[in-house]
Amino acid sequence: MRAAIHAQHPVTVGERLRDAGWIAFVAFILGIPMIGLVTVDVGGKLVVHTRMPLLVAFVVASFVIRLVLRFVIEQLKRRKAERLARAPQRQTAARSLLKPLGWLLASAALVLPLVFSGNRYVVDTATTVLIYVMLGWGLNVVVGLAGLLDLGYVAFYAVGAYTYALLSTQFGWGFWESLPVAGGLAAFFGLALGWPTLRLRGDYLAIVTLGFGEIIRIILVNWTELSGGPNGIDSIPRPSFFGLPFKAPSDGGAQTFAGFFGLDYSPGHRVVFLYYLILVLALATNLFVSRLRKLPVGRAWEAIREDEIACKALGINVVNVKLSAFALGAMLGGLAGVFFAARQGFISPDSFVFSESATILAIVVLGGMGSQLGVVLASLVLVLLPEIGRDFAQYRMLLFGTAMILIMVWRPGGLLSRREPTLTAPAGTKAEAKP
Amino acid sequence: MSENRSNILTVERLCMRFGGLTAIDDLSFAAPARQITSIIGPNGAGKTTLFNCITGFYRPSAGSIGLAHPSRGELMLEMLPSHRVARDANVLRTFQNTRLFPKMTVLENLVVAQHNALQAASAFSLAGLLKLGRYLRAEKLAIEQSMSWLARLNLVGFANTAAGDLPYGTQRRVEIGRALCANPILLCLDEPAAGLNPRESAELNELLLQLTRERGISVLLIEHDMSVVMKVSDHIVVLNYGRKIAEGTPLVVQNDPNVIKAYLGEEEPVEEPI
Repeated sequence: MRAAIHAQHPVTVGERLRDAGWIAFVAFILGIPMIGLVTVDVGGKLVVHTRMPLLVAFVVASFVIRLVLRFVIEQLKRRKAERLARAPQRQTAARSLLKPLGWLLASAALVLPLVFSGNRYVVDTATTVLIYVMLGWGLNVVVGLAGLLDLGYVAFYAVGAYTYALLSTQFGWGFWESLPVAGGLAAFFGLALGWPTLRLRGDYLAIVTLGFGEIIRIILVNWTELSGGPNGIDSIPRPSFFGLPFKAPSDGGAQTFAGFFGLDYSPGHRVVFLYYLILVLALATNLFVSRLRKLPVGRAWEAIREDEIACKALGINVVNVKLSAFALGAMLGGLAGVFFAARQGFISPDSFVFSESATILAIVVLGGMGSQLGVVLASLVLVLLPEIGRDFAQYRMLLFGTAMILIMVWRPGGLLSRREPTLTAPAGTKAEAKP
Repeated sequence: MSENRSNILTVERLCMRFGGLTAIDDLSFAAPARQITSIIGPNGAGKTTLFNCITGFYRPSAGSIGLAHPSRGELMLEMLPSHRVARDANVLRTFQNTRLFPKMTVLENLVVAQHNALQAASAFSLAGLLKLGRYLRAEKLAIEQSMSWLARLNLVGFANTAAGDLPYGTQRRVEIGRALCANPILLCLDEPAAGLNPRESAELNELLLQLTRERGISVLLIEHDMSVVMKVSDHIVVLNYGRKIAEGTPLVVQNDPNVIKAYLGEEEPVEEPI
């Protein structure tokens, strides 16, 4: 490793300048229409003006930034390579930190609403983070473990949400009765998507799943009798606390949550309740998926991701394994959808657009494919960054994009890319490795 | 070959055509049980295609492949999809370019090979999710079986290493170990000695002989390394352009004029310089 570093020829100043010069040239070409020219309204007539000083500043800035950025990145890379060469044992230390980190996050999640009980915004944002965590964990089964690139995951989220919305508004079903039905229906849709796409892999599968996601959304927009079309479905009943609704006490009315516990009514109760509800759902999802991963099914999912042909040669029924991944992933998405509908009280096809699928996929990829804790960290990054960026108004998405690029440069395999084995050899059998 | 010796695999009039190309042309041979049968021939002779037909990856254009299964009777392999050839007929294979699960550890690779037994024990994951005793016992058994094969192959020290991080020769041994974990009665090895050094190659010979003599596993072997082929084979089938050109014991095959012609070329016609 170290030899490789020294063998690399050092980048000369001339090369750096030439490289930055190219970037400045490209910036100049792009800058002419984007910055150099501007239309000005002169007496009801559009006139083209030039902004030469601004263009020059842009080109110079590009030159300098490229020069500095490249130097910094090279230094960082070199230092990282040296560190790896020097201390490979540090990696194991990092691994042992992950478990405490997971527990720390879980306990922080548990006490968060108590600490911020008066701050509705924080609890609401945390609830959104948890929805994405749950969706990420669900998609992780399909993409991270089974390696099936799914760009239409939001379809299952929509199926779950609309199932609950329709069951509750049309038939008066409650949240808890609807949950298994919606999960089952989403799983069925997962099978419906999985069955025809069994032979597809990679890009081709991605295209079909993308289409599937759009089909569901377009059906929801156009099938007005069922889904209310673009107007969506409103006044979806909110979940109650074991039959106790979160309402202001009304005289002679039914018992409410606040009344039952002798508390003063506060709309914050429901917010906190919803937060804990999604926390329980998400933690159950995590327990379920991480347990499954260590079972034969989970190992078969990963084996299929690694080499499908080898799986066939070992007697594994690839069809069943893939379908189970699709169905389970879809079911978890559906459950998250039920919660989403119950939380919002109103859903419309606008909530289930492609960019949602892309965000969930980004969470899985950014977290590190297959890593459960990675999904949590990535959800925090992806939900909190745009929130923090609110102060920057129109530069918000620019900031967001830059952060994403930097993270992927820094950690190409995702935030937590190391895979935990599902089994380890029993102790005492550690013989000397003989190559 | 004597008529009364029991054969584990009987290939009859097998043809495999890809469009206009005939990769296997009217091939018939039998592989004796508990012995090592080598399939040899120049590049492009159809050896790997034959393996793909036997293990269900290709559906033959014509002909039949019969397997005498000790407990399930006569099975027609050409009718079975690949996963059933492995699961129900216990015919396991390795690949010319090793196909391990690179990010999974060596132990996980070997446990995945026991998927069907474990999956049955986990009752479609229910027993596993609830951590019932019957699943935990099955899992322990699977790990024990894996570890015993790893011990046999001198790989115990690599049990927790990701398979993709191992050197090539070691990966080949892991792949054989993985196939053995799936309880084969017939093991099809596609160039297992490729990329092995002489010592590893000698170890492989010893392993193959032990598998057939002591464990009663039949072996079908594709190999270019003649030091392996001639030393361990009980029976050799020579292919060229998809046809069988010779068959018999190593001694018979070595002296067969057709085989010499196929490998070294004829004398009279002008050979193209390579």
